[in-house]
Amino acid sequence: MTEMSQDNQRIWVYLEQEEGQAHSVSWELLGAAHRLAADLPGSVVEGVLLGHNVAHIAEEAFHYGASRVYLIDDPVLQVYRNLPYGFGLSNLVKKYQPEIFLVGATTLGRGLASVIATRIQTGLTADCTELAIDPDKKILAATRPTFGGNLMATILCRQHRPQMATVRPRVLPLPQPLAQAGGEIIREPLGMAEAEVAVRLVHFMPADAGERVNLEYAEVIVAGGRGVGDPAGFKLLDELAGLLGGVVGASRPVVDAGWISYAHQVGQTGKTVRPKLYIAAGISGAIQHRVGMSGANFILAINTDPNASIFQVADLGLVGDLYQVIPELINQVKTAQQSQPLAGGRHA
Amino acid sequence: MHSVVAIKQVPDTSNVRINPETGTLIREGVPAIINPYDAHAVELAVRLKEKFGGKVTVLTMGPPKATEAIIECIEQGADRGIVITDRKFAAADTLATSYVLARAIEAIQAEEPVDLLLFGKQAIDGDTAQVGPGVATRLGVPLLTYAVAVESFDPAARTALVHCKTERGIEVWQTPLPALLTVEKEIASIGRAPLPNLIKAAHYQPEIWTSVEPVAFEPDKIGIKGSPTIVGKAFTPPPKKAGETVQVSDISLKEIVADALHRIGQAGAVEFLKPLAQVNGETR
Repeated sequence: MTEMSQDNQRIWVYLEQEEGQAHSVSWELLGAAHRLAADLPGSVVEGVLLGHNVAHIAEEAFHYGASRVYLIDDPVLQVYRNLPYGFGLSNLVKKYQPEIFLVGATTLGRGLASVIATRIQTGLTADCTELAIDPDKKILAATRPTFGGNLMATILCRQHRPQMATVRPRVLPLPQPLAQAGGEIIREPLGMAEAEVAVRLVHFMPADAGERVNLEYAEVIVAGGRGVGDPAGFKLLDELAGLLGGVVGASRPVVDAGWISYAHQVGQTGKTVRPKLYIAAGISGAIQHRVGMSGANFILAINTDPNASIFQVADLGLVGDLYQVIPELINQVKTAQQSQPLAGGRHA
Repeated sequence: MHSVVAIKQVPDTSNVRINPETGTLIREGVPAIINPYDAHAVELAVRLKEKFGGKVTVLTMGPPKATEAIIECIEQGADRGIVITDRKFAAADTLATSYVLARAIEAIQAEEPVDLLLFGKQAIDGDTAQVGPGVATRLGVPLLTYAVAVESFDPAARTALVHCKTERGIEVWQTPLPALLTVEKEIASIGRAPLPNLIKAAHYQPEIWTSVEPVAFEPDKIGIKGSPTIVGKAFTPPPKKAGETVQVSDISLKEIVADALHRIGQAGAVEFLKPLAQVNGETR
């Protein structure tokens, strides 16, 4: 069988795609894999890709640092279904025996990683926020928040291989793509016929415009919590977000109260975000919220309560009424924009 | 119509506190609740029973105290409750947990057919979302994750139409039964338990299953032995250094907001505020 020499350990990244479009978390994971490889001498960073007519994603992956991409291209894989994807990936794992296998902790990836880990009977650590190589044991040390973010746990998988982990989008930085890159594509067959897959997609309802919030990759987020007072208050936040070219976020209590849709929720049970600017208005800052937004470059918090925990993570905290502060921010941002006629607005 | 719902009793994580001196979890006084997503799964099962007849079995692996959670499910309308409890199950990771639940479900299936297997989308203490998919994989049944609605259900044809939430929208899947669904809260809203259920629950004794009977679980697949992952270390997240906090007053509002925008510009967070920061910087 495949005898893996110590100097050829594979670090695999699942290249998640839907409708032929790669999910950026795949590139974030390739970046992480490279950092792991630096501490695991002789290891190689490789991508694994499943789908139909998706070879262009392998080319993209080379630019983000994959040296090789294993590709199963088959019509059965046109639409994501965990059975054929799990089957195909498990077979690749059995054949090539990677040491580490990283998957994005997206709705798709979390289920898929679990299916593979169960088929292979190996360890899987969910929703990691930090990946490292244990310096003594030379194994993956996967750190994740638990108990609603109150505790961090570093998980090890000592004997079983591959060591699997999922990582949320935006927890890790997006690497710069290389201008020139190339690599090898290794094609493998799926070995599963359509008739063997029991479930059928009968209908797809794309999320409507209001639901389609690209929170995770937004550069500016203006988020509101209970302090906003009522659903109408989010209009004010939306106006400021619009002026700053950003989107509106929310804390869990206001989503649970139905003031704004789940698509806007930031935090442990919502999205992890990494904007350049995060404005938290009327958000008390429970740990569950903070774990989702503390990676922002600059955090401005506005709250009437000087003891609100959001101030613990804020770069600048304003103790005051958001209904005074936000309108003034809107005024001054408008003024700033007018003096900069070429900039501003809802640009990319 | 027979649904089996796997539930977990969890600490109410919104009430978890950390001892600042030892950095450990303070568990005393933290209420144990049914994992919220699981409670909605139980509700779906009860609704389907009301509509199509049949039965709801609830199943949990946990400490003896987990019988409380099972009793709550009986109040909600479940018919049968099983607690799988044994010290030998302790320190199980998701792989060992999915083994135990899958074997238990096989044992239930051997007694009477099962149409639907229901799991909450994830538990609020571990947040892994791995156990449901693991059980489906072990049992070889179709897996649909993040279900938000069961549009139709055909007991005769043994198929269901299920709406599942994805990042791009809602997918509607047709699946043969039995199938395993992991559910979001939208799947069914929880009403008040009717009085007859409360009376039944008051007298109900959940079945206690151990590691050896009525199902003999393989000793090296359960608990710590059956778990490939271990916790290397646990620690409280390091606090980020807090920035400055300023009290806003009517008089200072304009200046404070101008300063905030200046700092945002300095941090390079908003492109068109950058030049503003430079201008302000020069004039100071």
